Amino acid sequence: MKTGTLLQWWCALGLGALPLAAQDAAELEKLQKQLREAQENFERVTREQRQLIENLARQVRELQRQGAATNVMPAAAPTGPTNAWRPSDPLRIGSKSAYADIGFVGTIAVGGSTASDIEGGLQPGGHDPNQRGFTLQGLEMGVTGAVDPYFRGAANLSFALDAEGETFLELEEAWLETMSLPWNLQLRAGQMFTDFGRHNATHLHAWSFVDAPLVNARFLGPDGLRNPGARIAWLTPTPFYSELSFGLQNSQGETATSFRSEGGHHHDDAENEDPPLAYRHADNDRGVSHVDDLLISTRYALSFDLTPSQVLLVGGSAAFGPNSRGGEDAGETTTQIYGVDLTWKWKSPRHQGGFPFVQWQTEALVRKYEAGAFDWSEEGAATDPNVVVDTGTGAPAVLSGETLVDHGLYSQLLYGFRKGWVAGLRADFVSGNEGSYERRALTYNGTALGRDPQRAQRWRLSPNLTWYPTEFSKIRLQYNFDDRLGIGQDHSVWLQFEFLLGAHAAHRF
Amino acid sequence: MNEILLSGTRSSPQREAAARAIGCRARRPARTVRCILALPLLLLSPLPVQAAARLNVVATLPDFTSIAGAVGGDLVQATSLAKGSEDAHFVDPRPSFIRVLNQADVLIEGGADLETGWLPPLVASARNRRILPGQPGRVALASHVQLLEVPSAPVDRSQGDIHAAGNPHFWLDPVNGEKIAAHLADVFARLDPPNAARYQEGRKLFCDRLARKLAEWKRQMEPFRGTRVLTYHKAYEYFAARFELEIVGQIEPKPGLEPSPTHLNALIQRAREQGVKLVLVEPFRARKTAEHVARSIGAKMLILPEKAGGAENVKDYFGLFDYAVAQITGALR
Repeated sequence: MKTGTLLQWWCALGLGALPLAAQDAAELEKLQKQLREAQENFERVTREQRQLIENLARQVRELQRQGAATNVMPAAAPTGPTNAWRPSDPLRIGSKSAYADIGFVGTIAVGGSTASDIEGGLQPGGHDPNQRGFTLQGLEMGVTGAVDPYFRGAANLSFALDAEGETFLELEEAWLETMSLPWNLQLRAGQMFTDFGRHNATHLHAWSFVDAPLVNARFLGPDGLRNPGARIAWLTPTPFYSELSFGLQNSQGETATSFRSEGGHHHDDAENEDPPLAYRHADNDRGVSHVDDLLISTRYALSFDLTPSQVLLVGGSAAFGPNSRGGEDAGETTTQIYGVDLTWKWKSPRHQGGFPFVQWQTEALVRKYEAGAFDWSEEGAATDPNVVVDTGTGAPAVLSGETLVDHGLYSQLLYGFRKGWVAGLRADFVSGNEGSYERRALTYNGTALGRDPQRAQRWRLSPNLTWYPTEFSKIRLQYNFDDRLGIGQDHSVWLQFEFLLGAHAAHRF
Repeated sequence: MNEILLSGTRSSPQREAAARAIGCRARRPARTVRCILALPLLLLSPLPVQAAARLNVVATLPDFTSIAGAVGGDLVQATSLAKGSEDAHFVDPRPSFIRVLNQADVLIEGGADLETGWLPPLVASARNRRILPGQPGRVALASHVQLLEVPSAPVDRSQGDIHAAGNPHFWLDPVNGEKIAAHLADVFARLDPPNAARYQEGRKLFCDRLARKLAEWKRQMEPFRGTRVLTYHKAYEYFAARFELEIVGQIEPKPGLEPSPTHLNALIQRAREQGVKLVLVEPFRARKTAEHVARSIGAKMLILPEKAGGAENVKDYFGLFDYAVAQITGALR
């Protein structure tokens, strides 16, 4: 208030200098009143201005504190929903509210092989490269999202072209899964891959090699073991991760190879040259009358962090169900498949984009397959095409029932040596006991039969190199050395390209 | 809590909470019978652990764990999934995390697509309703701070790994740390109402300390205001904005992409012209390229952790800035 005081004195002096003689007391009083008013006015204005200045200074400080960023860079409130969909947004139904994410993955291979029986022979996997030149291994469409507060859902449709150029569509998966069932349970129902080992439930785009492991293609089927059904999985209350699952699925259909799949080209054209599995058709289909006529599967997996940068996951799986191999009255033939798997991964504690890492994954499987008795005379005369003939008698063969035991494994090592680059090596081996039917002298379409090509020993060695320009694309070069008993050695080179469009759900470990 | 005497043994907080939920009061015979009848249910039912003695807080990053620990004190048990030294965008979804998430009362994630490559399948397998999106125990911090670099024009993947919600490295601004603490205090208070005041007290202590430290850091950084820097990835935008460093460019041509020689040459040329003094690199990046760039422009390369635990002596959220400020001022002095 120093200024105010000075002004007061100045005014007082100025007034004091006036000639007082001519003034009466009233005027003096009036002037004094005016002075008081001026003084009060001045103080009020000063106070107000000071307050204003303080307020502004506080606001400036606040803005500097909160929004220093905005001075340097454009910022926007993240909470404001931007509902408008733009053509460049991820393909997402209900953008921002995430009703469902849609993604496409296209996988194309180009290459060649010294083998002439690539589709189904050299390459038994349904999404393997199937011919010299180009193969559209798959165009997979995935839709995932929360169904409601209780379920999430996923669907995978896969389009592919076979060697004849025909487009086929597979319904790979379509299931819903519970989100918060009591007792640490989780229920999944719908069309789904059987929870068996590591590779079976893996979609094409997540494979580390161009083709499926031989043991998987042979025992669990070219397209993997999958069927409509339900599965319950329990996260056990152990201090480490451990999960036990139990599944029931239909046991028939072409995706239930080893079970009630017709297989063996029973209805194929007459020019078909391959004899069916176990040299007999699958006519013994007893249908479903009991729960054990369904495909029953179970898996137990447990995992430990060996060190902060090493993870070990081991699992055991089993699948049981009827098969229909053999004549119509061959009895209750069944299949049992057992598998163990081991995955070990090291990832640098200072990884960049997930690199470097080393991963070793191995699966070993055993299949016990009961092939029922079969009488080829019911299929036609010895002179008819596609009839297995006993070379000794010249009559259609009569095969007795027997249990076939097959085993196989693959082991793969991946080394992500620098960001985006992975070198891989996989060894494949499959074999089986020699069935009594294989020791007999049989002919099929005029050709002598020996070891069953669908059970004979074979092995493969596959080194490859993959470059991931980003998480959304990859280019892979793979060489396969194949050695098949009774057929010989083959060399194949495949170059694979893959692209991912739209949203894509993250993968599990 | 001690009033419940169901079996003579000390019951777990979960069961106690459930016992309270069904109206058990010990030492009243009729009700005790009811309690005993309900006991099998208690053993079997999945209970909301809202009144557990300690809130089990799981955060994706150690920085969030650090702040949660400061706010919650001994009322929370805070665990981090990612290590401070690793690339937070590419954490392995280890099965052991499923176990950890199964037990969590609170899941704190950065959000803005930072963890989108690994967190969703873990949550889907965790069988834990408390941490599902939309539940009070699920916290996405990005929606409680102001994000930088929110794209104003349409984005697609030809622009690299751009986060449509904005730059997700927001915890590198201490002012955002204050907002995170405030939000976490509210979340913890909602889940554990009897201790609400203690969470607010923890928040206040944390924020007061942070304000003091921020003033100190700003004072130390003051002489170097406007220093021009390069970064490897767009990870330090928030830090630079707060401490008034000017970022001239990135070694990555686009987020998530490795640089080409053409890009590096242009970057080096521009950095030279603009007098860049520092090249800031996260601990997990390939150092050769960054060293080459720094050498070519006569700048210093600094390995600067962007998460707590990113360097040996960066123990917590405060340590992160202590270390960064010391490194930068040391290099520029």
